Amino acid sequence: MTTTPAAGEVTYLEAISQALDEEMARDERVFLMGEDIGAYGGAFRITEGLLEKYGEWRVLDTPLAESGFVGAAIGAAMMGMRPVVEMQFADFISCAFDQITEVAAKNHYRWGAAVPLVIRAPFGGGIHGGPFHSECPEGWFFHSPGLKLVAPSTPYDAKGLLKAAIRDPNPVLYFEHKFLYRRAKGTLPEEDYVVPIGKADVKLVGRDISVITYGAMVHLALEAAQVLANDGIALEVIDLRTLIPLDTDTIFESVGKTSKAIILHEDNKTGGVGAEIAALLAEQCFDQLDGPIMRIAAPDTPVPFSTPLEEFFLPKTGDIVAAARKLKEY
Amino acid sequence: MDVAVDVTEIKRADLLQMYYYLRLTRGLEDRITALYRQGRIVGGCYTSHGMEAIAVGYASALERDDVIAPFHRDMGAFLIRGITPGEVLAQYLGKRTGPTKGKDGNVHMGDIKRGIIGFVSHLADNLPVATGVALAFKIRGEHRVVFAGTGDGGTSRGDFHEAMNFAAVRMLPVVLFCTNNQYAYSTPLRLQMAIPDVVDRAKAYGMPGEIVDGNDVAAVYLAATRAVARARAGLGPAFLEFKTMRMHGHSEHDPAKYVPRELLEEWKKRDPILKAEHLLTQLGYGDITLFQEITERANKEVEAGVEFAEQSPLPEGPEVLEGVFADSADDH
Repeated sequence: MTTTPAAGEVTYLEAISQALDEEMARDERVFLMGEDIGAYGGAFRITEGLLEKYGEWRVLDTPLAESGFVGAAIGAAMMGMRPVVEMQFADFISCAFDQITEVAAKNHYRWGAAVPLVIRAPFGGGIHGGPFHSECPEGWFFHSPGLKLVAPSTPYDAKGLLKAAIRDPNPVLYFEHKFLYRRAKGTLPEEDYVVPIGKADVKLVGRDISVITYGAMVHLALEAAQVLANDGIALEVIDLRTLIPLDTDTIFESVGKTSKAIILHEDNKTGGVGAEIAALLAEQCFDQLDGPIMRIAAPDTPVPFSTPLEEFFLPKTGDIVAAARKLKEY
Repeated sequence: MDVAVDVTEIKRADLLQMYYYLRLTRGLEDRITALYRQGRIVGGCYTSHGMEAIAVGYASALERDDVIAPFHRDMGAFLIRGITPGEVLAQYLGKRTGPTKGKDGNVHMGDIKRGIIGFVSHLADNLPVATGVALAFKIRGEHRVVFAGTGDGGTSRGDFHEAMNFAAVRMLPVVLFCTNNQYAYSTPLRLQMAIPDVVDRAKAYGMPGEIVDGNDVAAVYLAATRAVARARAGLGPAFLEFKTMRMHGHSEHDPAKYVPRELLEEWKKRDPILKAEHLLTQLGYGDITLFQEITERANKEVEAGVEFAEQSPLPEGPEVLEGVFADSADDH
């Protein structure tokens, strides 16, 4: 992926900024909280200019205390506000784990109080961030009922899913991939639009093998599809876009057609989102499968720092190509 | 203790109302304890026996559209905010008519319409949440106040400190309190913190703090009234430490043998109900006949509540699947 957008194109990062700006203009209940998001514009400059436009009570720089400010966002949300919290890096979400899983996720179930909250979590590797700036923590929350999880792969989806998340009456964790910030580009509609939460997107139609993936890995799958086209293998690429609620209809329909599945994610393999999808396929699509369900994921280690280590750690196009060739033989 | 208490500032009717709620709390919790001993309640019973003055005092100092995030021994606050004894008992019995419809038990209840943030077992978790409630009021320019607290043990949690700090930095209209009942389950205060008074923690956050006799309903009410008025006027948060003693075990299954008997004997003399009766008598606001009349009225309400809860239906199993996600948040 090149880094300069063509005329009329915006980056994934700009798409997120636009969504925040437009939602703040549309609904005065929407406000932002996070570390260094005000004058500095956030670690990745996504909130740049919003403090000047909306003032210090709608763009709140918080103390360095993730549990404290996520808790505060929960309280404000229950009082009718629409807070959007920025985790500086998704990794730091561990400090707020308790507030997210025990308070935000359970309040509506326990006593009927809706928590319309969005937590933006810049996640993923490929940026030499090391063990504390490159994690994919979605698996931690995938297992906690009461949360919605989204992970867009394109500027269009990034904007549309963020708007949908802000308008959703539930706590939504919005995993935005740092590697895509300035690399993923696209043109956006002029008019207001949302990408509905809970609907996967068939990014590439193909007859042979379904690749089920999300986030930055969608682009990897599309690259692999180009390589495999030369072998006469047609991949179907499913971009989940939403992890919870999971669009099982689209997954099952695709695998029903191709009879073969590769599940691809950047998170560690054990107990990841892919493990659940593999189990669902084994449960629901056993009769239609013509080969083993394959998983491509990061090994079970923390995300390493040094270039060769990180390159080894992250899934590669070649991994998908090799898995697809093997699966084709069944 | 710290601050002189002028009880003549409180109207007779208000004091008698507080006495009624002390009696209602005691009567209701004694009934819950009895039901527990009969094996009719599954799960824990966390009573405020001997500590009733705290919740009754602070909840009486609030306006209707203020919000509370209660500690788990704040039964009086639930009652004053409008949760009926019948609803409380239904909650304890796991009935569908309880505030959580059987999804949660005992004091783990909340009601957004009555301004009660549901209690979370992870102590101090609701303090950051309370600062966010106050933040919403501040952003919208509403003159509403939040009253939120935890026990002495809960003040060891990071969330307590994160909430104190955020409230102070943003001058939020929230009163944070600690019910210092000297034991966190079985852990005595001296193993919880190396300072004798929790209130000293407020200074570190640039927040005014006050020690209050938690067994004196009038003292609690007056301290809460001052702190609430200050917060409502936009002068920022305050911290109150209510000194008291937990007279029962952590839960009713806990005989609390780790508490020295003489300590309990000493605190028994400072029972909040006796204290309130003494004060009312001194002020000429009531006598034994009136106290008996009020006690009977409270106990009658408790018995009506028992009947309501017992006649209420249990939820059906499949109801477990309902309510994980909200369809709308527009009623908040």
